[in-house]
Amino acid sequence: MSIVNGVNPGVFGSLPDNAFEHVGPIPEEQNLIVRPPTTYWQDAWRRLKKNFLAMCGLYVIIFFIALAIFGPMLTGYTYFGQVLQDANKAPSLAHWFGTDHLGRDELTRIFYGARISLSIGIVASVINLAVGALYGGISGLVGGRTDNVMMRIVDIIYGIPLQLVVILLMVVMGSGLLNIYVALGLVYWLGMARIVRGQVLALKEQEFVLAARMVGADQRRLLLRHLIPNTMGPIIVTLTLSIPQAIFTEAWLSFIGLGVAAPMASWGVLASEGVGGLRSYPWQTFFPAAAISLTMLAFNFLGDGLRDALDPRLRR
Amino acid sequence: MARYILQRVFAAFVALWILTTVTFVLMHAIPGGPFTRERNVPEAIMRNLDAKYHLNDPLWKQYLDYLGGVARFDLGPSFKFPGQTVNDFIRRGFPVSAELGIIAIILSMAVGIPAGIISALRQNKWQDNTTMLVAIVGVSVPSFIIAPVLMYVFALKLHWLPAAMWGDWKQVIMPAVALALLPLATFSRLMRSSMLDVISQDYIKTARAKGLSELAVTWRHAVKNAIMPIVTYLGPLIAAILTGTFVIEQIFAIPGLGRQFVWSVNNRDYTTILGLTVFYGAFLLIMNLIVDIIYGFLDPRIQLTGRKE
Repeated sequence: MSIVNGVNPGVFGSLPDNAFEHVGPIPEEQNLIVRPPTTYWQDAWRRLKKNFLAMCGLYVIIFFIALAIFGPMLTGYTYFGQVLQDANKAPSLAHWFGTDHLGRDELTRIFYGARISLSIGIVASVINLAVGALYGGISGLVGGRTDNVMMRIVDIIYGIPLQLVVILLMVVMGSGLLNIYVALGLVYWLGMARIVRGQVLALKEQEFVLAARMVGADQRRLLLRHLIPNTMGPIIVTLTLSIPQAIFTEAWLSFIGLGVAAPMASWGVLASEGVGGLRSYPWQTFFPAAAISLTMLAFNFLGDGLRDALDPRLRR
Repeated sequence: MARYILQRVFAAFVALWILTTVTFVLMHAIPGGPFTRERNVPEAIMRNLDAKYHLNDPLWKQYLDYLGGVARFDLGPSFKFPGQTVNDFIRRGFPVSAELGIIAIILSMAVGIPAGIISALRQNKWQDNTTMLVAIVGVSVPSFIIAPVLMYVFALKLHWLPAAMWGDWKQVIMPAVALALLPLATFSRLMRSSMLDVISQDYIKTARAKGLSELAVTWRHAVKNAIMPIVTYLGPLIAAILTGTFVIEQIFAIPGLGRQFVWSVNNRDYTTILGLTVFYGAFLLIMNLIVDIIYGFLDPRIQLTGRKE
């Protein structure tokens, strides 16, 4: 207003102040925040929601987990109950997915198989997350000669065909659910270790790490409280993509006779039992095969989607 | 270059030694000797067996003997097939597995790489979408599921191909396709992203600007550079084919080394498991070594002395 007054005081000087209207930006409104601030995770979730295939994958996974938990209660059969006169029945109203060679309800066994296969995927991946993230984190954080030695060890283990080591471990420990968790968890952590180390190397030069160090955080706290939480994006992507790998490896082990012990049945066991009777009872192969394939697809779609959502720079 | 190769060879030897040692220790950690069976064997026979296979020697001597055997390519006898050695199994089974594996590798490259190139050139068109859909299915559906499906459709329903066994060229088709699908899908995905990287670069624009035909630009400039990262997948490819043969040979009743390995695992033929693991390990390590060296020669930009991340 002073400008207006300054320009032509003769004409406007007598007018009251409220006769003027403010033109241009209003200081108070400029500071107003219209869009609420979004965190990294909200942002990632927003991006993920736009990805149709990834969301399909997520829904399929949630659906399968729900079936794994509640499914066995709904069918009215048990996974081990044999009714020999009902053996090898085709799908019907009584047995939606038919029965196997011992007259066990195929649908119930697939639900139980979902428990086993999904739990193997998740537990094995969490174990190799724990081992890999700690190993990679320590290697990256300590750096120097320690890092060099630790990564050389990883390089050498990388050269060893790990599938063979898993087979050997299973031969020695004997088949069984717990042994599969251990064998898969202890062998496949190398990828995770490399990724976490790379991230930690990049992060540890940043200011927030310096700040944390300055207020007296020790190495342990630095790693567990500051560095690893900040690499959660890549860790989650790797984790999601390693779950189908674990499910696949278990199914493959079952196929060569090293899976879980009877009468428990993972999807791999069910599929390999079915293949023998493929000519006469194709549904015994078809349903577990479909379950494995759908789960692997769902996790792969979700993993790809998460990678795009959590790390937009990598997007192609 | 020589230093790089030496480093690689050394690392491969260390890896092989670790694998041999781990396998040896694990196989000897199993309770009970290899001849412990349900049926009682007379004491004297047990003693003779132990003596024949040097099972009474201290463990470190058995270990050194074994390492010496490995160095001389002698992997010892089979405990479940009297009179046969692990080398016999390899001589009999490996050529079959190798034939199947090589056909699968050729198939996966011959289809996967062109599919990836087409996919990149027609990005987000139907050709691209179809290829990528097939590729993600190929990555997600394990070969031991593809195999029964193929068998059911083409052998049991359509009667176009024989269901199993080995010998005829017709019997190669289904196992090779089942084995090739995963690497094929991986090749097309890798080739696509690598091509997309390359064709957005300036020198491709230059090539177009100076009036080269689209074919010349694609073939001589883009593909030649984009194919480089594919070479790094050759190592994992061989491993994938190999583990695939364990299952595929089982399903199609092919008398290869993979089936022999699975047989010995199921029958707990410990010396054969040990011997074949060492053989497979050595084979994969040598293949990886060759791939590494080829890569070093192909791409002059690679830091030969630096370490790979």
